[in-house]
Amino acid sequence: MTVYAALLRAALAGQAGYRASFALELLGSVLVIGLDFVEVYAVLTQVPELEGLGLAEVALVFALASTGFSLADLVIGQTDRVTDHVRRGTFDVLLLRPLSTLGQLAAADVQLRRLGRLGTALAVLVIALSQVEVDWTPARVGLLVLTPLSGAVIFGSLFVAAGAVSFWLLDGREVGNALTYGSGYLAQWPTGVLGPVLGRFFTFVVPAAFTGYLPALALLGRDDPTGLPGWLPWASPLAALAAAAAAALLWRTGIRHYVGAGG
Amino acid sequence: MIVELDGLSRHFVVRRPTGRFRREKRVVRAVDGISFTVAAGECVGYIGANGAGKSTTIKMLTGILVPTSGRVRVTGLEPVRQRRELARRIGVVFGQRSQLWWDLPLAESFRLLAAIHRLEPAVARARLDRCVDLLDLAAFLDTPVRQLSLGQRMRGEVTAALLHAPRLLLLDEPTVGLDIVSKEALRAFLTEERRVAGTTILLTTHDLSDIERLSDRVVVVDSGRVVHTGGLAGLAAAAGVDRVLVVDLAEPAPPLEGVPGTRFLSAEAGGLRQHLALTGSAAAAVAAVSARVELRDLTIAEPDIESVVRRLYHRAAATRPAGS
Ligand SMILES: Nc1ncnc2c1ncn2[C@@H]1O[C@H](COP(=O)(O)OP(=O)(O)O)[C@@H](O)[C@H]1O
Ligand SMILES: [Mg+2]
Repeated sequence: MTVYAALLRAALAGQAGYRASFALELLGSVLVIGLDFVEVYAVLTQVPELEGLGLAEVALVFALASTGFSLADLVIGQTDRVTDHVRRGTFDVLLLRPLSTLGQLAAADVQLRRLGRLGTALAVLVIALSQVEVDWTPARVGLLVLTPLSGAVIFGSLFVAAGAVSFWLLDGREVGNALTYGSGYLAQWPTGVLGPVLGRFFTFVVPAAFTGYLPALALLGRDDPTGLPGWLPWASPLAALAAAAAAALLWRTGIRHYVGAGG
Repeated sequence: MIVELDGLSRHFVVRRPTGRFRREKRVVRAVDGISFTVAAGECVGYIGANGAGKSTTIKMLTGILVPTSGRVRVTGLEPVRQRRELARRIGVVFGQRSQLWWDLPLAESFRLLAAIHRLEPAVARARLDRCVDLLDLAAFLDTPVRQLSLGQRMRGEVTAALLHAPRLLLLDEPTVGLDIVSKEALRAFLTEERRVAGTTILLTTHDLSDIERLSDRVVVVDSGRVVHTGGLAGLAAAAGVDRVLVVDLAEPAPPLEGVPGTRFLSAEAGGLRQHLALTGSAAAAVAAVSARVELRDLTIAEPDIESVVRRLYHRAAATRPAGS
């Protein structure tokens, strides 16, 4: 752990020489999520409810999913750099050290501006929680704490999977970004708005619904209008584990396809 | 054995567009059934022309590339499966690819590597001090790596690869592009490192002098196959390529036939400059020549590695049974 901390410090020291304005970068990061929220706000002032949820409740869905996503983006969003490492052959260097490749990638390319997004997501979460009615029980408190973490694992798995794709497709970055940022965007909405097919896809194939919508239902004590069982929201950690296992397998397989660059 | 390769192959599939929608698939046999071993303490030169498969082999030894077929063991480990364990036992330098932290001072890279390899601070300090001393790093320890000259950076890379006292040092073209002084410093350092630490070395190079100065033995590859293994002495001879002694004389002289350890090749400028093929030691030949005539200047032209390899390859092709 101390090794990765040292790598992290080194990365930040290295970036310091290039950073034009950290404040500006941070602002940009806040704006991205801010605009996403404006969209939620705008829709919910036009229609009173989405899938039976009002503005404050949809904001809770939004905040839970965004917190998980921002955490994942901060820790492992750097996998979008895999394409460059593969193209230039610099992935070699990561493989030559007695460390995990993902750990090195996370530490070496860390982007602190992503803290802006995480901070904003947490702020929306606090505000949303103050506006909704929750019958707090120890289990619900536990779920509230666990949700951003399992959300981060689920989105982190998507980031890793998207990075792994670069080992096969050199032009895979756009596909990868569509998968990660696309899922992150959709997860901010009640899953039902996606329609039956896409809704099930983003629940059982890409488990995005487990990061915001389903935990929000459990906190609010509501049933899913599309008929998903009431215990399902409580299975978020399991969904996270399954996603992580699948991503790890994909990553390992991807590394074995790494061919490097000549020289 | 520190390194064991048995029928090791690596093929690459390259796709080339041949029309608007069609793409042609072609298999490049970069490494095509290579077997050899390196014993503890040896220094083996792994040589061959550009594209012969040297780097691909090295990458399989380090666990970067997965072999297509065959067996590879490095310090007894299976490189891909036991990559992290292996990384603690080997040091690697790629002439073309830096392993240092580009934006940080050189010293900071060493500090990070010591942390990565979990070296005791005292041990790391002692090893680093020795490298700083022998490789003359002190003047640029605080310079960001991106500002170093190639020669300075290369000395840094070698130090980085040796900091954790690896059993095996893999060097892929460590002297490519270096000036004479840096090359010489590096060779002297590696010789010393072998003497003191007994580090096993496998090195690829384009420079025959690297091989002559450093290695006990060579493995020559061409098109992914081993075409020659053996001692150094035999190398140029086996290839039928000679080193050539070129002497400039104070006065024109008749052809220098029959000088011990040489064979007369040609004369220029009415005998003022003469070319002699060396069949023995250069020092003895120079002494013998200067006993006969007055020398003004001399140079020794080394055969280049490409022509050595080409000759060996044709030899191997000629003796290979037909149809194989
Ligand atoms: N990643 C790759 N994809 C396709 N072909 C490759 C790749 N790496 C190497 N090759 C090919 O394999 C052969 C051997 O390359 P290499 O091992 O780099 O040679 P050397 O180091 O001896 O110059 C060359 O023909 C090269 O073009
Ligand atoms: Mg090479």
